[in-house]
Amino acid sequence: MISPEQYPVLIVVTPLLSAFLINILGNMDKRFCYPATLLALAGSLAAAVGTLCRVANEGVIHYRVGGWPPPFGIEYVVDHLNALVLVVVAGVALVAAVASKRSVEEEFPHKITQFYTLFVLLTTGLLGMTITGDAFNLYVLMEIAALTNYALIAMGGNRALMASFNYVVVGTIGACFYLLGVGHLYIMTGSLNMADIMTILPSLYGTNAILVAAILMLLGAWIKMAFFPLHGWLPNAYTYAPSATSSLVAPLMTKVSVYIMIRVMFSVLGATYVFTVLPVKELIVWLATAAIVGGSLFALSQKDFKRMLTFLIVAEVGYMVGGAWLATERGITGAILHIVNDAVMTLCLFLFSAIVVYKTKGHQLSNLEGMFKKMPLTMTAFAVGALSMIGVPPTAGFFSKWYLILGGIDAGQWQFVVALLFSSLVNAVLFFRIFEIAYYEPHSDHHGHSAPVAIDEAPMSMLLPLAVVAVAIIMLGLYSGEIVTTFIQHAVPAGI
Amino acid sequence: MEMLLAKYNYWIYVTLMMIGIYAMIAKCNLMKKIIGMSIFQTAIIVFYVSIGAKKGATIPIIAHGHGVAHEAVRVADYVNPLPHVLMLTAIVVGVGTLGVALAIAMSIHEKYGSLEEDEILERQE
Repeated sequence: MISPEQYPVLIVVTPLLSAFLINILGNMDKRFCYPATLLALAGSLAAAVGTLCRVANEGVIHYRVGGWPPPFGIEYVVDHLNALVLVVVAGVALVAAVASKRSVEEEFPHKITQFYTLFVLLTTGLLGMTITGDAFNLYVLMEIAALTNYALIAMGGNRALMASFNYVVVGTIGACFYLLGVGHLYIMTGSLNMADIMTILPSLYGTNAILVAAILMLLGAWIKMAFFPLHGWLPNAYTYAPSATSSLVAPLMTKVSVYIMIRVMFSVLGATYVFTVLPVKELIVWLATAAIVGGSLFALSQKDFKRMLTFLIVAEVGYMVGGAWLATERGITGAILHIVNDAVMTLCLFLFSAIVVYKTKGHQLSNLEGMFKKMPLTMTAFAVGALSMIGVPPTAGFFSKWYLILGGIDAGQWQFVVALLFSSLVNAVLFFRIFEIAYYEPHSDHHGHSAPVAIDEAPMSMLLPLAVVAVAIIMLGLYSGEIVTTFIQHAVPAGI
Repeated sequence: MEMLLAKYNYWIYVTLMMIGIYAMIAKCNLMKKIIGMSIFQTAIIVFYVSIGAKKGATIPIIAHGHGVAHEAVRVADYVNPLPHVLMLTAIVVGVGTLGVALAIAMSIHEKYGSLEEDEILERQE
């Protein structure tokens, strides 16, 4: 049996090696790809859950890749923050992979091998970004995730091509800014290990080079996560991406980028530096407020269901960035909890949109007409996700929003609190409008007599993952107290 | 003037970077955008490589290696190899990005028969 000592590295190595294997198997017979993908992601998830349990019992794990001690070697560090994010990434990837079967066969039957190879590589990149304790290694994995992401989006053809091209250009600028920031840190500290940098840095807090490094790294992370004024690439890329792609990247890409921002803030630059030395705390909360309000208003004006969801992602990024920069314990707790909850909620919504595309060949709001009659189970699962986006207890979305609001009150940032409430209101309007459309039958004769509609549920491979996610949303809500006390509490930096 | 000369490597990289960003943002042609992207990435490679260099230093191979009496190694005699090694990875990443961007541009050209952004947007309607 594999010793638990090796779990951290297995999280990344399992999908990395499997990606190449899937490519070889797929060239022999396309049917091998799907089961091989599921096996690889399940293995990675098992290792991630094992690591999570170890972190809960033993505390922070340091894994030296190849036995080289830091700062010379690359170190994997799993603490209470990324143990949680790792499980979410691996879990979401597995569920999205299970649900992808029909969409992939329908949308690009000739590219199944390529799709699953890239799918698993993208997951590898995201997991690696999350687990690494080395600032440069993070850049490399960020680019692995980004390059596979560009290709997966471009597979949508037609308008996805131009969207993907713009994403390549903007994404490269983002990653290069991050790399440049790391370069400045390296000049000043002579180290690339995050923990090492953080111990050297306090004596250099006043220097301009560190200021430039901080700005560049944060800018890089913001471009990657589509933080409000920099969000231009996201809506088109995610709307025109194939549905199997968007169920993976929409929940994870922005969330992992938010995690990177939090990692840079608290584990590289240090909480003291970002909150007291940098005079930008309030400005960023204002920007986050603008992100929430702007994202919600844009979402409100869309006729395209999937495009509406992409603008909600822009608003949700505002929640997390704002929460992290409130600089209060409850605000940061809310931001971290929202990384977990929002990944699962967004997955629920995008899995549903994949079903809509599969069944009706479109993703306009009008495609949803009569859905409640035709697919009662699918709609129920979607309703759970929608209620969670609005923030109705006991769904997960309520609890993270609650922490964020409390954090905003603690910090005295009332505009942020108002924006959160406004966004809940807009989400309520949006989703109840969808419920109304879905109840409305397209072919009724206005006398209350309509032809009986045959139940036409989504295929099992799509419905089951959606149902699992809906249950997960409620479970995350019910156990949010435990998650906060076991993990997130230890992830919030002390003394703020 | 002295500041320009003393830190000329930084000025070169910043200039290259600005040229790259300008091409990426202001140019309509997708090929020119890709070239801008490449210049931008190269600027960062120039930056990293230049910070490893030292005046009068040699390649970082210690002549009296194993088993020889421990003579003091003077760090100033050797260039810093680490930024150069990092850039090997960054060059590979750059090639990958370039490849993906070109492949997407090819598909766009196949689909719309043009690489001018405004013409493509027109044909998308």
